[in-house]
Amino acid sequence: HSWAQERAVSGTVLDETGSPLPGVSVVVKGTTKGAATDFDGRFQLLLNNGEDVLTISYIGYTSKDITVGNQTSLSISLSPDADQLEEVVVIGYGSVKKDDLTGSVQSVTAADFNQGAITSPQELVNGKMPGVQIVNGGGSPGAAATIRIRGGSSLSASNDPLIIIDGVPVSNEGVAGMRNPLNTINPNDIETFTVLKDASATAIYGSRASAGVIIITTKKGSKGGLQINYAGNVSVSTPTQFVDVLDADKYREVLVAQKPAVEGLMGDASTNWQEEIYQNAISTDHNVSVAGNIADVLPVRASIGYNNSEGVLRGDNLQRTTATLNLNPKLFDDHLKVDASVKFSNIQNTFANQGAIGAAAAMDPTQPIKNENGEYFSWTNPDGSPINIAPANPVALLNQRTDVSAGNRVIANAQLDYKFHFLPELRANLNVATDRIMSEGETVTSPEAMFNVESLGKGLRTEYTSEKSNDLLDFYLQYAKEFGESRFDIMGGYSYQHFYTENTGREFLGDEAERGVYVDRYENYLVSFFGRANYSLKDRYMVTVTLRNDGSSRFAPENRWGLFPSAALAWNIKKEGFLAGSETISALKFRAGYGVTGQQDIFDNYPYFGKYTRGNEFATYTFVDPATGQIMTPMVDPNTGRNVPYLSLRPEAYNKDLKWEEATTYNVGIDYGFYDDRITGSLEAYYKQNTDLLNTVDIPVGSNFNNRVISNIGSMEARGVEFSINTKLVNNGDLFWDLGFNVAVQDNQITQLTQVESETYLGVETGDIAGGTGNRVQIHTVGHPAYSFFVYEQVYDNEGNPIENMFVDRNEDGKINDFDKYHFNQSAPQVLMGINTSVSYKNWEFSASGRANFGNAVYNNMAALNGHYNDFETSGQFLGNINANALETNFNTEILLSDYYVQDASFFRMDNIMVGYNVKSLFGDSINARVYGTVNNAFVISNYEGIDPEIFGGIDNSFYPRPRTFMLGVNVSF
Amino acid sequence: DLDVTPIDPDVNTVDKALNSPEAMAQALSKVYAGFAVTGNVGPAGSGDVAGVDEGESSYWRLWFVAQEFPTDEAVNGWGDKDLPTLSQVSWTADNSFTRAFYYRSLYQVTLANEFIRQAAAYGTEYADTDRQVGEARFLRALAYYHALDMFGNKLPNIEEDKGVGAWLPQPWGQSERGPELFDFIESELMAAIEVLPAAAEAFVGQANKDAAKMTLAKLYLNHAVYRGQEDVAYYQKGKTMVDEVIANGSFDLMDADDVAGTDAYSPYEFNFLADNHTSNEIIFAISQDGNYSRTYGGTTFIVNAATGANKDNMGGGAWYGTRTTKALVNLFEADDARALWFTDGHNLEITDQSLFTEGYAVTKFKNMKRDGSKGDNASSEFVDTDVPVYRLADAYLMAAELDIRINGSVSATSLDMVNELRTRAGVGAVTSIDLDFILDERARELYWEAHRRTDLIRFGKFTGGDYVWPLKGNSLPDGGSISAHYELMPIPPSDLNANPNLSQNAGY
Repeated sequence: HSWAQERAVSGTVLDETGSPLPGVSVVVKGTTKGAATDFDGRFQLLLNNGEDVLTISYIGYTSKDITVGNQTSLSISLSPDADQLEEVVVIGYGSVKKDDLTGSVQSVTAADFNQGAITSPQELVNGKMPGVQIVNGGGSPGAAATIRIRGGSSLSASNDPLIIIDGVPVSNEGVAGMRNPLNTINPNDIETFTVLKDASATAIYGSRASAGVIIITTKKGSKGGLQINYAGNVSVSTPTQFVDVLDADKYREVLVAQKPAVEGLMGDASTNWQEEIYQNAISTDHNVSVAGNIADVLPVRASIGYNNSEGVLRGDNLQRTTATLNLNPKLFDDHLKVDASVKFSNIQNTFANQGAIGAAAAMDPTQPIKNENGEYFSWTNPDGSPINIAPANPVALLNQRTDVSAGNRVIANAQLDYKFHFLPELRANLNVATDRIMSEGETVTSPEAMFNVESLGKGLRTEYTSEKSNDLLDFYLQYAKEFGESRFDIMGGYSYQHFYTENTGREFLGDEAERGVYVDRYENYLVSFFGRANYSLKDRYMVTVTLRNDGSSRFAPENRWGLFPSAALAWNIKKEGFLAGSETISALKFRAGYGVTGQQDIFDNYPYFGKYTRGNEFATYTFVDPATGQIMTPMVDPNTGRNVPYLSLRPEAYNKDLKWEEATTYNVGIDYGFYDDRITGSLEAYYKQNTDLLNTVDIPVGSNFNNRVISNIGSMEARGVEFSINTKLVNNGDLFWDLGFNVAVQDNQITQLTQVESETYLGVETGDIAGGTGNRVQIHTVGHPAYSFFVYEQVYDNEGNPIENMFVDRNEDGKINDFDKYHFNQSAPQVLMGINTSVSYKNWEFSASGRANFGNAVYNNMAALNGHYNDFETSGQFLGNINANALETNFNTEILLSDYYVQDASFFRMDNIMVGYNVKSLFGDSINARVYGTVNNAFVISNYEGIDPEIFGGIDNSFYPRPRTFMLGVNVSF
Repeated sequence: DLDVTPIDPDVNTVDKALNSPEAMAQALSKVYAGFAVTGNVGPAGSGDVAGVDEGESSYWRLWFVAQEFPTDEAVNGWGDKDLPTLSQVSWTADNSFTRAFYYRSLYQVTLANEFIRQAAAYGTEYADTDRQVGEARFLRALAYYHALDMFGNKLPNIEEDKGVGAWLPQPWGQSERGPELFDFIESELMAAIEVLPAAAEAFVGQANKDAAKMTLAKLYLNHAVYRGQEDVAYYQKGKTMVDEVIANGSFDLMDADDVAGTDAYSPYEFNFLADNHTSNEIIFAISQDGNYSRTYGGTTFIVNAATGANKDNMGGGAWYGTRTTKALVNLFEADDARALWFTDGHNLEITDQSLFTEGYAVTKFKNMKRDGSKGDNASSEFVDTDVPVYRLADAYLMAAELDIRINGSVSATSLDMVNELRTRAGVGAVTSIDLDFILDERARELYWEAHRRTDLIRFGKFTGGDYVWPLKGNSLPDGGSISAHYELMPIPPSDLNANPNLSQNAGY
């Protein structure tokens, strides 16, 4: 089988600055077979057996021969001088040769990104990396996603990874009027997406690294002639699933049987409210980029992108315009390298009123959208005033409130890397950057809107603005030197970062004066010293040590500085004599690492000292003059200028002893390759212990100005195993078939929650649900995973149907109360899998990727809330729809806290399917084109009964359904 | 750079915040506001108390819920966590509402302590500081009094001079019923009386001498419960206080003389309307205002939760939830003007706690003004009706009860005052009364004014099976017996965990 002896190799050629080099000749040594890199520096080649050496050549650069060996995807760096060719991986404050890597780092480059209608960067890599869970917030275009690396392991502090864009750590804090700060970055501009997982890789980022680090780099200018690329697509999204409620006919039948007393309230219409609020959404995306080298001295890349995405909820829209400019010149005989970039984005949002989602599931289907007067149907009291506890008309919710926002973001940075003339082994690197976001928005409720009692007849307008800035200065010195078989690389630096936020808001009720005026301003500073030393012996034994000392303005001077060390070693076994000749094993490396990282992101910038906060004009205490009956207004509100009662001054709780949360991580890993790297992958195991958890805990009443205060109390541990395998199943001249699979098994457990150990303490209830107030279905308990469900055990009859309001008396005290609840399942998946495959045959290509989660449960809040007959009517004044689950349970009353509603939500989701055709050498050799079609969210397999099994946090309540999206796209470059 | 101070115009360190007489007034205003609203942003958004829905953290909402729902006067059917078990008198140690009141009432103590401390540091040169400290001491005593009534004598002693820090308060006393906290409240109120303004000089909503005297009178009247043993001397002290309040002359029972031509309601109802600040019968009120003091608690909760189909006659929002039981309704003679029920579509009998239409809706508290117009808030969601904490009618009934408890019989003066109330209500005068009559008359006159649980306990009728009402002991339609331990609410397990000096009340 000669085809089996062929293999594919693809790669990217970069210059020494990491910029892609287009037009580079890549030839199989000794043949005429070869390829040229495209303007992104990429190439792909088929190698026959025995063809193992590639000659990479480019004018101005030293030609190099590279042995492909066991590699299939190469990142090759060409140097103008006699430097070695190397495959590099981005790490904190620099990059390393892949062979020298000692930590757990996973990188996905542009060639391997997910394809389809993708508006946010994180979607590019979903499912590609074991142990990285990415859950988008629903079907709204550009919706925020929750990213968890190795499950996250903090309770009250942030579990979001630190995100670094072109060397600039950005704030994860949400921005008013922006769905997701990350989607200000155009996915088309991204070159690599790298995840640092273990502490030996992340500890260089110290106090912000506990939840992992994501490094995003964007595409840069190149050496060759000017190349222009256009990428565009159009897509259609369709809603896939509705909440299972009764249709009008079934509604009439069941209501008449169950609640005959109120059947007179039913209408004559048949309205499918969910069909009325959803639509097929059409979206387009256009990107033009120009990359090249101006006058042979100024490599440059510029791009403009425009995205217009509709949501399947009517009226939901995102428009994004992005522009980037990257300049990468080299000066003084290449001793000074400059990487300057400006990334600009403008986002225009129109938010559909998501209140319509829940309303559509709760609204009586026998009522019309509009009544005979042409007004939206609404439940009213006898005097015509709206009944405000009745479900609102979902169509009115969408049409009688507008909610728009506009925001601009600029990230600009200049990185200067200077190689000393007198000592070329020594480099100085300076990075100066700023990240600014400005947004404003407005919500207008129509005077006719019956769903807002207060603004009825008047109209309500709410305005807000948000301004954020993040200024950065990094400086480091790096010294690299080889002594015989030893190689040293030592780096030390300083970093300063300042975050500032200002939010304002006000509202106007009809013609009345503005009210609810607020201005919030806060800032914090982070100052750090960091260093790293690498030592490598004979290219076989590598040691890396890092140290970071972080100072945060969030903590008192005594606790302000935290020291975060790490150490890692790697042994490249393949290079040992006994394996060097092995034909089976083409790569084998063992890694072990240890490190301490921290967490300080507690959503409060001044938690350690006492403050007084002024209340607003609606939270005052009034004195009335008994003589006149008038409210006394003795002061002027500084925010509005109006005379008001005394605005109260409230002393705020604080904790002067607050300090870093610490995570200690141990990680071991093996990277392997078999049969000339036709099979590659890695296996990792980790154990992570978080201590001094930043945790909002109950404190002794009277000892502070709140009964719960953020404190360093508690600990938890997390452990997991991750495995990945990538194989080249078929590889001949025309047909390639790659298959990749990864799996992560993870588990966490809380080991301490209170200062004083107590056997009677159940834990901290969490997981708020809809239904009553204060009801929660999850709990943090010592000895159990965080966010475990905590509910009553349902009793079933002989037919297996749940018996209403009957639960197991688990403590056998003859009563059913809180002490009978038990820990049942958890919301975080215990097993995460990703699978992807790509096939290409001549000019055709096909790829698919999907994910599976196991061991996760979701609380079906929609069924619990509406799945009972009493939900038809509350008061005899109005009707509501019920969840079809009521027909199975026959429940009359609302049963919220039963394990019946905690349902297994393991699933497999086919995220992406793509078919493409490459048109080569269009109009001579100058134009290449590719046409492709994709389906995103093609299908989901799950036993879960609600609308979607993949809901971060595990509570399914009025979830914005994820649509299925069909896309047609084209890429042209010339 | 790492030493930061707040840059927000609304946030300051204490030395910068409390820099003027106006700022001291704002700080004291917060101690009052803690009784009226739930946080720094109305109606919700920056709550004072954690671990509870902000609307449910309102002082008077929680006090009302604890004083009324476990009695014959009110039932609520919502599915809010731990709310149904209050009406059933079957709560457990970690009940959300008793926990929230524990934290709310003791938060008020902590706030008052802070004001008193900072007044000594920053207010010494200002003219009003002594009076303001007196107001803070009264408000602290009031919160402690309510907390004592609910949780007993083992509450933590939040010492005034201990500020913020990792310290563990000691319990006031080692027994649930004992003298320690009682004595502290008594001495504080005595001291406050010296500096508080007389009722005639005070604003509506402001602490005054008579408010302190009424609190003392309540303390003395219930002393046998709080201290664990009866001592007639306390009844005599209580009678002295009540007599002083009645003799003051600042207060006047609303009756036919007070009715103007535009009035749409009876004089009794003037005390519970949106403009009840005009009632001279109210000795002390917690101000409520639908525009300046927005909250989902206080009278907004009392009115809206009792409102359903009769929304237009109530003036507030319709939340459909609270009703009363036949046990209260049956205490009234026909034509008693105080029996304010809405019965259309309602059954008197309760067979299902969750059905709003079972049990009569109560229309006593309304967001309507005397002339029949609605309260001032545009949405009518937030109610203007002040909380009548103490009324002259209550003082009358206390005087009669104290007579009987001191002498075994009622004095002619006290009997006349009781008959004044009955005459106003349009029911016949009585010639002789005993303690059982007093308890029933208190229900007729004062229902839904958050006295009932305390009254039933003082009369020995709250627990056990001698007197039952629908849902007592989670039993319908008539009610059943409950254990004596329910006379005290549980200390929240969260605070027992945080503070090993504390211990749980018996039975939990």
